Parts: sequence; structure tokens; C-alpha cells
Amino acid sequence: MIKLTIDGVTVAVPEGTDVLAAAKAAGIRIPTLCYMEKYNEIGACRLCLVEVKGMRGLLAACTLQASDGMEVYTNTPAVREARRTNLELLLSDHPQDCLICVRNGQCELQSLAEEMGIRRQRFEGEKSAYPLDHSTLSIMRDPNKCVLCRRCVAVCKQVQGVGVLGAVERGFDTIVAPEGGCLLHDVACVLCGQCVMVCPTGALAEVDNTEEVFAALNDKSKHVIVQTAPAVRVAIGEEFGYPPGTIVTGKMVSALRRLGFQAVFDTDFAADLTIWEEANELLERLNNGGTLPMITSCSPGWIKFIEHYYPDLIEHLSTCKSPQQMLGALAKTYYAEKIGVSPEDIFLVSVMPCTAKKFERARPEMVGESGLPDVDIVLTTRELARMIKVAGIDLPQLPDSDFDSPLGLSTGAGVIFGATGGVMEAALRTAYEWVSGEALTNVELEAVRGLSGVKEAEVKLPGTDITLRVAVAHGLANARQLLDKIRTGKADYHFIEIMACPGGCISGGGQPRPADVNEFNALREQRIKGVYRADRDLPLRKSHENPAVKELYDTYLGEIGGERAHHLLHTNYTVRGKYLRTIRQH
Amino acid sequence: MMEAKQCQGCQQMRDPRYEQLDELIKSYQDKKGALVPLLHEAQEIFGYLPEEVQRRVADGLGIPLSEVYGVATFYSLFSLKPRGKHKIGVCLGTACYVRGAGAILAELEKQLGIRVNDTTADGKFTLEITRCIGACGLSPVMTVDEDVFGRLTPEKIKEILARY
Ligand code: SF4
Ligand code: SF4
Repeated sequence: MIKLTIDGVTVAVPEGTDVLAAAKAAGIRIPTLCYMEKYNEIGACRLCLVEVKGMRGLLAACTLQASDGMEVYTNTPAVREARRTNLELLLSDHPQDCLICVRNGQCELQSLAEEMGIRRQRFEGEKSAYPLDHSTLSIMRDPNKCVLCRRCVAVCKQVQGVGVLGAVERGFDTIVAPEGGCLLHDVACVLCGQCVMVCPTGALAEVDNTEEVFAALNDKSKHVIVQTAPAVRVAIGEEFGYPPGTIVTGKMVSALRRLGFQAVFDTDFAADLTIWEEANELLERLNNGGTLPMITSCSPGWIKFIEHYYPDLIEHLSTCKSPQQMLGALAKTYYAEKIGVSPEDIFLVSVMPCTAKKFERARPEMVGESGLPDVDIVLTTRELARMIKVAGIDLPQLPDSDFDSPLGLSTGAGVIFGATGGVMEAALRTAYEWVSGEALTNVELEAVRGLSGVKEAEVKLPGTDITLRVAVAHGLANARQLLDKIRTGKADYHFIEIMACPGGCISGGGQPRPADVNEFNALREQRIKGVYRADRDLPLRKSHENPAVKELYDTYLGEIGGERAHHLLHTNYTVRGKYLRTIRQH
Repeated sequence: MMEAKQCQGCQQMRDPRYEQLDELIKSYQDKKGALVPLLHEAQEIFGYLPEEVQRRVADGLGIPLSEVYGVATFYSLFSLKPRGKHKIGVCLGTACYVRGAGAILAELEKQLGIRVNDTTADGKFTLEITRCIGACGLSPVMTVDEDVFGRLTPEKIKEILARY
């Protein structure tokens, strides 16, 4: 340990600690804009400047190592002035349209301007003017709002193992852009939205589809219905002042009814259904020498990733559609028949924690027999929260209410799809009982829960000589580890779960943003706790015990993995490759 | 699409420069800070950094193309466009400028049919602006590769170009 003083406060920290972290330990806040612990410690924004006794000039606290006996000052006139000047320079090349920006009230640049008491614009600089990038269905880029912090670059490369974003050109012309200065659509981006989650400003945002949904709700010729994914219920409360991880399912369902949806369905129902099909597929592959390890297919960012970067491994993917798509396929067949409405008149909105779901919805593979898409529009959790606010609905004041049948009943196994390890755990709860015929008493598979990057477990199936070896990865850089093992023949797993986003859907690219990117993991943990609490609160916790799914097979689908099920609930994949087009030549 | 890509691949396989590049990449594979010197040598082989070269470098070093492209656009030493056989540099330093370098540049653009930083269609000349080359006594000056031409007037341009 070394000892230093910061603004007169003595603090002891391990050797190698930077001054920023030491100040935090001393309870002193130093403002930052680019800094992301471990991933982006580059000293680019120059807002964390401090003065150190005996050292010349001002130094960036995030890249300055603390040393024994150091005397640091974070609040001198010179420090305040330099930080303000640097922030004002950033603001001088920033569009001042805060009032109509998607990040109004949730922008880090805005809060820093407030924190530093900026009340005038001293510099009238040249302003960059770049066209907006609306090329994808999921993510919108406004390079004019970019402050060149490079957090997105760091996350895309280091957390997601994708690396399509980078700084291009230099000086005043520098921009952070997809490789080659292309549009996002033209590079092998998986649309996970993790870059959006860490962007401090409105430079990266979800594509907003709320107007289309309001218009549909207003169209009396349509039967407008909605489904909500497992992870939405443990996070949307944050937008209304609840602590992270609070389960607000009942109030959310009420709010959706108030908005005018004629039926509110639960994607968890389809998650249970996914388990019936997927556990069955796994057992078939085990018995008939199918391709192993089998890998889950619920996460559309993950699917796009394998299609771009590991197309040679596509055979390992389960052919099951994701729960959102399964529910969509059933809404326009099973449900339409049940209520006697023509499928063309059904308009299905999905509320998802995910930006990639907007892309998945529009895949050509996701069009049903009638030529209609399974799902009509996808909203992220953030967009739904906005709609609720715009409609003047006070969510905390609403009573609880329940999902509608027949696509609303679910088990705890469906809920845990929202967290990393959840799909695996749910599948094993079912596979175990199906194979062994014995009741599983402890349903909680701790080994696959939590935030470590790659998790492994072995599950012995009683009454057989099978020991299932499974692995779970979340965050695509972690997924690469498992995929590289498969490529080199070193993976002797039977079943692998991969979710694109770190932590799983609970911190998907469409979820409420962390108030502090450096506390993102703590937020993830709170949401994950919410997911497992919701699981424990439910009377049924195994997907194969869901009576509504049983009824669906008995009255409509027929056999598990049978012809009708295949038709509606399974899909195929597209080889995409890594480089999509010729990059712009300068 | 796929077919077109494959054909391009075949051509590249026959192009010995790509074999040379692959060797080069191999020699840099485990070195730190390899990107800039590798791109530099690659540019010496190709004269510029075509996209396929950037991709092979990215794949060979196991880094994203975005990083290679970022470096290739950061340093003015790298070019993403083919360069001509001969590089013409027109000095726009103060001395040359006041003595009519602007008219020289305009004449070059007219004669070559290109703008600054472009290359003629036949691949012969690339036109660039240079900083002061320290030949102010001869101003206005231009260079063609290593040759320096001074006391220029627009009328002399045609004759100079004809020498190459
Ligand atoms: S959406 Fe994901 S893959 Fe695409 S640029 Fe952002 S972080 Fe990278
Ligand atoms: S897009 Fe956002 S996260 Fe990326 S560099 Fe710009 S401001 Fe930072």
C-alpha cells in the first residue's frame, strides 16, 4: 500500500492505483467523460485534470499513477479553469439542441456542463457537419454529437470482440466511425447496442419506432397487441424512479393496457415453449449423432455475430427461433384462429431489452406462411418508457394486472432467460426430468449464474450414463473463447449458451442506461437478482410444467419437434462474412 | 456477389505482390507495434494501401480493420489511393506563393486533367502540394520525384511534363 493526500485527505491505496481511483477511495469526485475503468483509460477528454505538488502543469488523473507521499489538488483555480475551458471547447463543436435531443436530461455532457457551472459560450468555433447515419434498423449515429471519447470503440472491440468502430482521420476532421468511414449498415456490426449503452451523449441511440406504434394504436382497423421480454420487467422501473432490479411486471402490464393494447402477452410464455423445442432438439442430437455442441439461438446479436465471424460453425446453432419470434408466429396463427381475427389485422409490437431484435424482426427468415412478418415492430425498454411518459401515464400509481391468455402464462424458467446462464438453467431443468424421469428438487444451477465471462458445469442425468457438459458465455469477446475452442476441436461440451450482451438481456442495448458506466456491473447484478427473485416468486419453475404450453401442443402444434412446430418455431441462418463492401476511398 | 469475390481472390493469388505481402505479414506477426512499419512496407510493395491489403494486414495481425483504417488515415504518409509513377509536388510556401505558384498549380491541373491529390488515369502522375523545400531562391518551384524545377512560368509546364 502507498499513502497520498488528495485535497488534504490522506488515503492508502495499493501500488499501481491511478489518482482517479485513489480520489474515489478518498470520497473525492473528479469529473470524467471518456474514462471507463479497464477499458478506456486514455486521458482523452482532459476533464479529470489535477494539480500535483512538485509536478509541472496539470495532469490527467485517470492516467497518472499514485505514488507514496504524493500531494494532489483537485479543486484549485487553475484546475477549475482548465477543466471548464476543455469542456467549453467540446461544447463549441457540439450542436446546442439539447431540448430536442434523445438524451435530454440523461446526457453526461449536459450534466458536466451543469456540474461545472457553465453559463456562457466563450468559444464560437467551426462546427462539424456530418450526415446522420440511419442505415440500420437498430442504431442511429449522429457524429455531430460525438465528443470523441472512444468509449464505444473500446466496448465494441474489447467487450464484444467485434471492433468495427474506430477513429478516422485526424485533427479537426477526426471522427469516430464504422471502419472505412462507412455507414454502420455496411460493416459487420452485430447491432448489439452496447456502444449505445456507454455513449455519454446523443451520438449513438436506438432507432425510435414509437411514432409507428402510436399510429398503430390509433388505427381502429387493427387488433394491436404486445409482448414483453423477461428482462424488461426488472429494468423499466428505473425510468420511473424505482431502484434497479425492482420487479414492476404488474404495473407495466397495466401501463400497456392504458396505452391501448388489446392484449398483453408475455415473451416468457414463448421462452417456456423454446425450452420444449430446444431441450428436445438437444436430446435428439445426443441420440442421433447430431452436431455438438449445440448452441442457443435466442440472442439476435449473437446470431448476427456467428453469421459474420464464425459462419463455419452455423451448424452448431439450435434451429429454434428466439422466443420473440415464436410468440409472433403463434400470434398470427394460433391466437388469430382462436379469436377469429384475420392475421393481416393483427399488429404485434414487441418490447425488448435489445436493439438487435429490431433487426431480427425484419429478417426474411421471420416471415410466416401468410407472407406476414411474425412481429411488426420492436420497441426497446427505453422507448416504451418514453411512450408511457408521453401518454401521461404515471406508472408507479398504477395497480398491478396480469398478462392475457393464451400467450401470457409462464414459469420461473421463462423469466430467467433474461440473465446470462438462464436459458441453460431452464433447459437443464427440463432435460433432466425428461431424460431421467425423476423430479429435480433443487432447480437452482448456481454454477451457470453470475458475471464471470465463461462458466462451465457438468450435470449427471440419473438413470442414464450421460453426464452433460455445458458452458455459458456472455459478451461476444467471451463467446470467442468458446468458439475458438470449437474450431480447434478442443470443446467437448454438449450444450453452450451464448448471449451477446454482458450479463445477458438484463443489460441489453435497449435497456435503461447506467447512471455511471463505471458502476455498470453493480447495476447488472441488481437486475440479475431481480430476475432470480421473479423466478422464485412463481409457483411453477420448470418450462415443461407450463399448462398453457401443454395445451398449445395438445390442441394446435401436435408433437414436440413435429412438422407444425418445425414450420412455425424453427428457422435457418445466413452466411454473411466479415467484410461486406468496399470501403470508401479517400 | 460470391462469384465476383472468388474471381478477385484468384487474381490476387496470381499477383506475386500478395505473396510478398503475406510473407511480410508473417514476419511481423508476433512483434509489438507492428502496424505502422508493416503498413509502410506494404505501401512500398503496392504504392498505396488498397482495401484488400488493409484486410490482410488486419486478419494477419488479428486486429480489427477499423484499427488499420484508423492508422492509415491518421498518418499522411499513407495513401489509400493508387499513386502515379511520378509524384509532382508544387511548393505553396510563402515565397513560391507570392511569385505565382498558384498559376503553376492551375496549369498543372489543366494539363493533367486532375485535381490536387489525384492521379492521372494512365497512372503516370500524382499531383500534390508540398511545404517549402528550401529552394526559395528559385521560386516558384515544383518537384517531380527527386528533380527540382525552378523559376517556373506556366508556359514551361508542358515541356517539363513531356520529359517523363
Ligand atoms: S452495435 Fe455492437 S457491434 Fe455494432 S458497433 Fe455497437 S458495439 Fe459494435
Ligand atoms: S459515439 Fe459516443 S461513445 Fe463513441 S466516441 Fe462519440 S461520444 Fe464517445
